[in-house]
Amino acid sequence: MKLNRRLAAAAALSMLSIASLPALAQGTVLKVVPHSNLAVLDPIWTTAYMSRNHGYMIYDTLFGTDENGKIKPQMVDSFQISPDNRMYSFKLRKGLEFHDGKPVTGDDVIASLQRWGKRDAMGSALFQFVSRMDSPTPDTFRIFLGEACGFVIEALGKPGSSVPFIMPKKQAETDPFKQIEEHIGSGPYVFKRDEFKPGDKAVYTKFAKYVPRSEPPSGTTGGKHVYVDRVEWNLALRDPQAQVNALQKGEIDILEQLPFDHIATVKGDANIVVPKYANFGAQYMARFNHLHKPFDNPKVRQAAIAAFNQEAFLRAQVGVKEIYKPCGSMFMCGTPWGSTAGSDLQMKSNMKKAQDLLKASGYDGTPVVILKPTDLASISKLPDVAAQLLRQAGFKVDLQAMDWQTLVGRRAKKDAPDKGGWNMFLTAWTATDVWNPISNPAMDTRGEKSVWFGWATDDKMVELRNQFMRATDEATKKKLADQISTRAYEIGTHAVLGEYDQPMAIRKNISGIFISNSNLYWNIKKN
Amino acid sequence: MLNFLAKRLLSTLPVLFIVSLLVFLMLRLTPGDPAAVLAGDAASTEQIALIRTSLGLDRSIPEQYIIWAGHLLGGDLGQSYYYKTAVTTLIGQRLEPTVSLALITITLAVLIAVPLGVMAAWRFGGWLDKALMGFSVLGFSVPVFVSAYLLIWLVSLKLGILPVQGYKRIADGVGPWLYHLTLPAITLSLVYIALIARVTRASVLETLGEDYIRTARAKGLPEVNVLMRHALANAAVPIATVIGIGIALLIGGVVVTESVYAIPGLGRLTVDAVLARDFPTIQGVILLFSFIYVMVNLLVDLSYVFFDPRIRY
Repeated sequence: MKLNRRLAAAAALSMLSIASLPALAQGTVLKVVPHSNLAVLDPIWTTAYMSRNHGYMIYDTLFGTDENGKIKPQMVDSFQISPDNRMYSFKLRKGLEFHDGKPVTGDDVIASLQRWGKRDAMGSALFQFVSRMDSPTPDTFRIFLGEACGFVIEALGKPGSSVPFIMPKKQAETDPFKQIEEHIGSGPYVFKRDEFKPGDKAVYTKFAKYVPRSEPPSGTTGGKHVYVDRVEWNLALRDPQAQVNALQKGEIDILEQLPFDHIATVKGDANIVVPKYANFGAQYMARFNHLHKPFDNPKVRQAAIAAFNQEAFLRAQVGVKEIYKPCGSMFMCGTPWGSTAGSDLQMKSNMKKAQDLLKASGYDGTPVVILKPTDLASISKLPDVAAQLLRQAGFKVDLQAMDWQTLVGRRAKKDAPDKGGWNMFLTAWTATDVWNPISNPAMDTRGEKSVWFGWATDDKMVELRNQFMRATDEATKKKLADQISTRAYEIGTHAVLGEYDQPMAIRKNISGIFISNSNLYWNIKKN
Repeated sequence: MLNFLAKRLLSTLPVLFIVSLLVFLMLRLTPGDPAAVLAGDAASTEQIALIRTSLGLDRSIPEQYIIWAGHLLGGDLGQSYYYKTAVTTLIGQRLEPTVSLALITITLAVLIAVPLGVMAAWRFGGWLDKALMGFSVLGFSVPVFVSAYLLIWLVSLKLGILPVQGYKRIADGVGPWLYHLTLPAITLSLVYIALIARVTRASVLETLGEDYIRTARAKGLPEVNVLMRHALANAAVPIATVIGIGIALLIGGVVVTESVYAIPGLGRLTVDAVLARDFPTIQGVILLFSFIYVMVNLLVDLSYVFFDPRIRY
C-alpha cells in the first residue's frame, strides 16, 4: 500500500514535470538572464545599458567597433571621405531590410542620425560640425561638414550609450524627447511586442531576412549570424542566488552578470562555463562635485586622488585577483586611446603624499559627503574604501547610505551638500563608454553645462577636447589623448579606481560566445 | 444584514481616500527621482529635468494629487513612469500569479493547519502537541527567504523534483501551473500553517473544556464527531479571523516569495516600482492591496454569521 502511494506520488510529479516541458514548436530557445530590467524600449531616449542591448537585438548600425576598439563598416558597404575631410559619402549594403519588409534607405539613416544627434553627447558634438545631410539615391547618403573633424566614423560606430541605431524614417521622426511607439529595426532579431511583459520577459525571434556580413563576429562588427529561433530575456529573475540556482539547474542558459561572490561556486560545476567575452572590462570611478567645497579646490581633489590606492578598492569590491587590475589610464588600459599620462599622481602615490597634498591645499575640514548605494552589490563596497582612505589622508567624511535610485536622484542635484547635494559618488563604467576622450562623460569640463554630474570646469581641457575632435590623423589624436589624460589628473576631474572584468556564466551546451565587449546574442549556438 | 453590508462598503471609501493621500504624500517626500532613474547613467541634468517636466513632476504636490485623484475617480490609475504602460494593465498582467500563489498557499495552510491544530488539542500534552508547538516556533522564526533557499537547495537542486524559479500561466495548463507554484506555496505556507495551527489548537482546547463537549461525549458520540461537529464548529470564529488576517498578511509574504522564485506577480511589481520610484504603480498597487484588505475583513465578519448563528448584523 505504501509502495503504491509512493508510486502514485512519483507519477503525479512526473506528469507535472512532463507538462512543464517547453513547447517544441518554439524551436531552439536561448534563455538569458540579463544584468537588469528592461523598462525603456527606446535606446535613443535613455542611456540605460539594457535599452542599448535591446537596441542591438533589433536594430543595426552603420558602423561597429571590433573587439580591439577599431571601427569597421556594418550596414555601410563602402564609404569615401573628400580630400578636405568635409564630405563623407556612404553606400549601404545590399539586402538591408526592416522587419516590416521595407528596404533601408538613406532617408531612414538621415532621420535616425538627426534624432540621435539631439540626445547623445557624442552625437551632439558631431552635429556641431554637420552642415547638412542628403540621400542622392535610396542606397546612399552623404554627410557634409561645415568644418572638418576627425570623429565622424568613430561617432557612427560607437558602441556605448547612446548608439546611433538606424530606425525607419517614420519612427526616427519622433520627437527625441518622447519615446518611440513602434519597435521595428533591421537587426538580426525581431522584437515580439505582443509577448513583452514588463518586468517579466522580453522575447526576440530570428529575423529570417537578415543578411549578415561575411566577416567573423568581433565586437559589434562582423557577421551577425543567428543560430537560435528565439531569445527570451528573463526579467523577473533578479535575485543573484536564485539566478545561480537556475543556471545550475539548467533552467536558464546564460547569466549575463555573475556576481563575484558566486564565481567559485559555478567554477566547481562541470555544467557551467565562465567564458571570456571582453578584451576590455569596466572601470570604477570616483566623481567629485566641482561646484562645492572642498572639491571646488583642485589641490584638494589631487589629495583625494593621491589617497586612492586602486588595489584597496579592487580587493574589497571584486576580490578575485584574476579578474581585476590597477590601471591609471583615464581611457582604460589597452584601448585605442588608452594612456597613463599624468597618472603618477595616483599610481606612484602613498598616504604620506596624500596627507602632505591635503595640508598644502588649505583644506578647512569641510566634511566630504559620500553617497553610498547599499543595494547595488557591484559597487556598494567602494564608498567604504573611499571613506577610509580619505579619513587616513586627513579628510572629515560623512558617508551617507541610501538605495541606488535615491543616489541617482540626488547626484543630479547641484545644491550644496548640507542642503541635499553631495561631494562624491562612486560608480562603474564599461570600457565602451569611457575609452574615447569625446564620449567619456567625466572629461566634459564645461561647468554647469557639462553632460554629466560633477560639473567640472576647465577651459584648457575644453580646448584640448575641441582639438581632439578636429584632429584627423591618428598620431595627433593619440598625442592629444595623452594631453587630455595629463590635464584630467592635473585638475582632478575624477579618480579612476581600477579595472575589472565582469564575468558571465553559461551552460556547457552553449557555444559561439565571441569577444563582443558587451552582451550580444548572435553567433550563439545551443546544443 | 444588507444595512450592515452597505455601511461597511461605504466605510471603505474614506479608508481608501486616506490611504491614497498618505501614500501619495509619503512617496513625494521620499528621496529619489523617477526621472533620473529613467534617464540612465550617462544622462545630463538638463535631460533629467526635461523628463521630469514630461512626467508632470515639476508641478506642486497638491496639483499632482488633484490630477491623479481626478483620474482615479474615473477608474484610471494612471500610467507607469517606468514601463510606460497603464497601471491597470500592469496590475492585470500580475494579478494571476499572485492570486494563484495566495490561493494555493492559503488552501495548503488551512488543509494542513486546521486538522493539525485539532489533533494537537485533542492530544494535549502528547508528542503531537509538542511537535506542533515546536514546528510553530520554527515556522514563525525562520524568515521566508531562508526557508525558500533551503527548500530550493533540497527539493530543486539536490532532488531535482521541482523548478528553481519561474511561473507558468494557468492557460498553459494546470500541470505546469502547479509544477511551478508548488515550492513557492509550500515556502510561503509554512508561517501560516504555524499561525493557523496554533490558533486552532488554542481555540479547540478551550471548547474541549466546555459542558456541551462533556455532554456530547456522555451521549456516546464518536470522538471524530465530538471534535469536528462540536469542538471545531464552536472554535471556528477565531480560526476564521486568523485565516482572514493570514490572507491579508500574505500580501507582504508574496513580495519576498515572488522575488526569490522569480514569479512575475504583484509582489515583484511592487518591489520594481519602489526601486524605480514609479509613483503611479506604487499608488495603484497599494490602493488595490488596501481594498483587498478591507474586503477580506468584511468577508471574515460576514463569515461569523455562518459559524455562529447567534451573531446578527
